[in-house]
Amino acid sequence: MMNGTIDQIQTGVEFLNADEAVKRIPEAASIMVGGFGFPGMPRQLSKALVRRIELDQLTLIMNSLGSVSTLNALFEQNRIKKVIGSFFSTNKELVVAYQEGKVEIELLPQGTFTEAIRLGGAGIPAFFTPTAAGTVLAEGKETRIINGCEHVLEQSLTADVAIIRAHKADKAGNLVYKKTAQNFNPAMATAAKLTIVEVDEIVEVGELDPDSIVTPFIFVDIVVKREEV
Amino acid sequence: MGIDIKHYIAKRCAQELTSGVVNLGIGIPTLVADYLPKGSVTLHSENGILGVGPEPDPNEFVVDPETIDLVNASGVQPITALPHASYFDSSLSFTIMRGGHLDATVIGALQVSETGDMASWAVPGKAVLGVGGAMDLVIGAKRVIAAMSHLSPKGEPKILPDCNYPLTAKNRVDTIVTEYAVFKFREGRMYLVEMVDELTLEQLKEMTPATYEVAEDFKVVKREEEPVLV
Repeated sequence: MMNGTIDQIQTGVEFLNADEAVKRIPEAASIMVGGFGFPGMPRQLSKALVRRIELDQLTLIMNSLGSVSTLNALFEQNRIKKVIGSFFSTNKELVVAYQEGKVEIELLPQGTFTEAIRLGGAGIPAFFTPTAAGTVLAEGKETRIINGCEHVLEQSLTADVAIIRAHKADKAGNLVYKKTAQNFNPAMATAAKLTIVEVDEIVEVGELDPDSIVTPFIFVDIVVKREEV
Repeated sequence: MGIDIKHYIAKRCAQELTSGVVNLGIGIPTLVADYLPKGSVTLHSENGILGVGPEPDPNEFVVDPETIDLVNASGVQPITALPHASYFDSSLSFTIMRGGHLDATVIGALQVSETGDMASWAVPGKAVLGVGGAMDLVIGAKRVIAAMSHLSPKGEPKILPDCNYPLTAKNRVDTIVTEYAVFKFREGRMYLVEMVDELTLEQLKEMTPATYEVAEDFKVVKREEEPVLV
């Protein structure tokens, strides 16, 4: 049996500031970004990503890229190649750029989007869902009748990087979330090669109730504590 | 003083909901919450909460985008949570929706067909770039209540033999509630179950090109009356 004191525990999770953390993002990366509206949006990591001006040709995998969101600067600076998500219609300039062929947009129903990420993290490459059967979002996709109903074959999603937000991390890298700020963050943590998480607070190992931990440290690579704003 | 159509539709939709777990869409459906019986209906929101409570007093609640952690499916509107509330991630939230665990949804519609197809998210000729959770909601909820004005702002019918707008889902609508009428789908057929007394059946038919039958339990209601809260 392995025994040890708290100071002997090493999980390999790194603790960096936002600018140091985003230096690990590779060129032309695919990046999952957590958040549903305001809650759960990694705002300080997003700002740091925008500051790394040499990064372009990016693929963003996020539910919505609003015109007032921090990451819309990446679009305004022509650094985005493609966006995958469920809701972009309120971002008028993005819609125009899509129509002019300047940016690719892959639209998925929100439940298909989140399940594609969950299964990407779970090692299942594709799945059948009844959602979108018989609609334009199923065009060009394989369909199959299962239990008498039409289902659509959807590809799972993985990414080079996930930038997510949680409420607290312990010094091992375990994460807990708050209220509706959880949203896409736990699934995204599992589906990227490199997961960077922005947290409100870092606590000692042992301070988080193991029953309350939603994301175990195995899915976390870098923790960034939010600066006071 | 005319009748407030949106509130009338919302009130009438609330009469359909007496118990269980319900997801209310954006627009008229959001207003339904004000007319629900307290306690017996629990509201779900797809951003990860079961047990949505009222909005906080805007005079006492300042939204800080950096720290706010409890909103509705708009992503920005703060809400409160009821004592039996729970929070969860998007995977579980859509397990609730797609997996058939919601008793009902009330959702806005642009068009509904006589076979229960619904179009609610896009119009032809415009870039189609926002669907959100509508397709999962309509495919999964046990009952789909379409809350809609009877005609488009241009006066065009919206309850049709076939939808000509892009579909949200096929054959999923259970009930249509408009400011003039209530229709229900029973065993694949569409029935008129309720109409306001300001119209004749012929006038309603003129605004409603879909094929439907008048139900055995059809009734005429006065719109001035407050719909009865169960």
